[in-house]
Amino acid sequence: MLEKVLWLWLTPLATAIILLFLGKRLPRRGDWLAVMGLGLSLTLSLSFLLELFQTHTFEWREQMAWLSLSGLSISFGWLIDPITILMLCVVTTVSFLVHLYSTEYLKGDPNYARYFAYLSFFTFSMLGLVLVDNLLWLYIFWELVGLASYLLIGFWFEKKSASDAAKKAFLTTRIGDMGFFIGIMLIFYKTGGLLTYDDIFKFVAQGQFTGEFLGIPILTLAGILLFLGAMGKSAQFPLHVWLPDAMEGPTPVSALIHAATMVAAGVYMVTRLYVLFTPEAQLFIAYIGAFTAFFAATMALTHTDIKKVLAYSTISQLGYMMMGLGVGAYVAGFLHLVTHAAFKACLFLCSGSVIHATHTQDMREMGGLKSKMPITFWTMLIATLSISGIPFFSGFVSKDLLLAGCLSFVMEHPEHLLLALFAFITAGMTAFYMFRLLCMTFLMPAKNLKVIDHAHESPWAMTLPLCLLSGLSFAIFFTGSLDGAGLLQVFGSWHDWFNEVILNPAPLDEAHGNAHGPAMALSLILATGGILLSYLFYLKKPELPQRLAQNTQAIYQTLIHLYWIDELYQKIIIQPLLKLNTFLADRDNRWIDQKLVDGWKPLTTQTSKGSGHFDNIVIDETLVDGSAVVVSTSAIQLRKIQTGKVQQYVLMAIGAFCILLIAVYFL
Amino acid sequence: MAVGLSHFLMVSGLLFVLGIISMISRRNMIGVLLGIELIMNAAGLNFIAFSRYIAQDLSGHIFTLFILIIAASEAVVALAIVLRIYQNRATISVEAVGEMKC
Repeated sequence: MLEKVLWLWLTPLATAIILLFLGKRLPRRGDWLAVMGLGLSLTLSLSFLLELFQTHTFEWREQMAWLSLSGLSISFGWLIDPITILMLCVVTTVSFLVHLYSTEYLKGDPNYARYFAYLSFFTFSMLGLVLVDNLLWLYIFWELVGLASYLLIGFWFEKKSASDAAKKAFLTTRIGDMGFFIGIMLIFYKTGGLLTYDDIFKFVAQGQFTGEFLGIPILTLAGILLFLGAMGKSAQFPLHVWLPDAMEGPTPVSALIHAATMVAAGVYMVTRLYVLFTPEAQLFIAYIGAFTAFFAATMALTHTDIKKVLAYSTISQLGYMMMGLGVGAYVAGFLHLVTHAAFKACLFLCSGSVIHATHTQDMREMGGLKSKMPITFWTMLIATLSISGIPFFSGFVSKDLLLAGCLSFVMEHPEHLLLALFAFITAGMTAFYMFRLLCMTFLMPAKNLKVIDHAHESPWAMTLPLCLLSGLSFAIFFTGSLDGAGLLQVFGSWHDWFNEVILNPAPLDEAHGNAHGPAMALSLILATGGILLSYLFYLKKPELPQRLAQNTQAIYQTLIHLYWIDELYQKIIIQPLLKLNTFLADRDNRWIDQKLVDGWKPLTTQTSKGSGHFDNIVIDETLVDGSAVVVSTSAIQLRKIQTGKVQQYVLMAIGAFCILLIAVYFL
Repeated sequence: MAVGLSHFLMVSGLLFVLGIISMISRRNMIGVLLGIELIMNAAGLNFIAFSRYIAQDLSGHIFTLFILIIAASEAVVALAIVLRIYQNRATISVEAVGEMKC
């Protein structure tokens, strides 16, 4: 088992290292090595999944000592349970397909080998994040995926916008990670040095985690701090600004990192540590998630850059997942992560295929691509139906569960009506903007003939991943049957595991059942409405959007400028910070440098002059030179008796002997 | 008057002094060598005399034999050096070789 896990986990690392150092010398720059390495990981993950399907329960853990100090030992451990296995499958599947896709998409790039090295390195880090069983290692891999994301966003770093976006992504997520780290330290401190998930859960379950800070229970505080990390990584509301900019990276990277896996790491983390979140912290998560879902969806309505629309859609869907976790529908939240990974990766890869063919990202330049790129169109249509929540597609299953969970929560706590409002409006908007994207790209009459003329269907290495991922967007893969009963079977063992350690079982089953019908009906109506509206706007009466935009100029401008969030951050955070920096630099220059540092100058020069004199006169001239003079003068005198005549020497020796004899005799 | 230890010592002392004088005063290297041989023989005579009159065993004799052998081999080496010097400089005057002076 351990060997299997190590092969699964370390193969991407090995290929990354090999490609980084030898990539340029391998045939085809070594892309086959990366693809095959990922193929191995994928096979092993699928074998785990198969085992899980057969046994319905899976748990394997292994620990080894890593750091032991006196009174403190931190271990490195693996934990594999159903959540881990699902995540492993998601990561390796998407990563494998993205590797395959990239062999075509980045063909001829001067840094081809480096790209694959980074991609494999990312996969290794993400697998590590999923596999580890304690918070410290989770944090380490959390940062490693951030690093990989930074490297890949800035892959075309010669472009200033790309390197800026990479920096922005790194710094923005860093703000959240600070909170995450403080949260970990808080838990570490309060539990007396526990870091392993199970130990912490036990500690919390025994009710030993007590204490308050400013009237807030420490556990709630720790939960919110941990969630800050998830807000950074999963691009939740105040920290969402980096994700749209991250689209500067190559499109397959966006599909892998910024749609399917890394941004879902926040959701994974919250799911994994669900036990730690108190009802208050969960409420915080729910509100942030619901607001993000709504907020990002409105921004996606008006954007014309195909990748940025998808980026905002990703933020919105991640907000959905967070909301699901917050209202207690954690199964739904996690399931949405899995289904979303498939259809959003598919959407991104489709957009990559379109960009590859048209060499533009602006949807206003596109249109009429349906006949030129049929495979891309049909796969994108399937993924779009899935994200819109149309029955028989995977998005329907997970989104329906999410909305039902939200609705049942609101029915129990009517004061949180806002959550349901946000969630359902978002469902309608999602359908609208996704079909808007589809219409503008494929269905509307061609607007720029030059772009359309040389467009063509992509080669098989790009269309095959599209077909596979769109295939995974069908509900049947997740439910096992059309009514969703198979789904709960797969998750059944997981329920038990959760209930064992969980403090207050979430109000899932009964209320959920009651809310299921209305939620489904409402979401279906909204989705259909969104689709019809986009059909009306972009196919039937293409002049309508223009008129609407003119009539509601204020709202339109706000949306186009993304609520001026970036400008706001520029104004209230970055510029004051820069001003503070210049102010401090000026003070540093005037006070520290000129007064304090320069003030020392006379003292130090005088001291050094004095000690220089002392050194010169006493040490050098007297001691060192003096001893040399003594030796040389005595040597000059003594040289005189060395005449070179042997007989004189002998004579001297005899004379000396005689003197010695006389001396001995008389004394 | 019987011949005793003091007579032998006197003869050997005479030999020694003569050897020293010869070693110091001669300019000819052969003469110097002869002086050294005399000194060595004086030492050998001393050994035998003491051995005969005081220790009354054969250890002094054996020492003397060693001294003779060493003197012979030393003479060979020294003569060879002298020969080489003569070949190089056509003189065997002691004063002609002062290069070892520092």
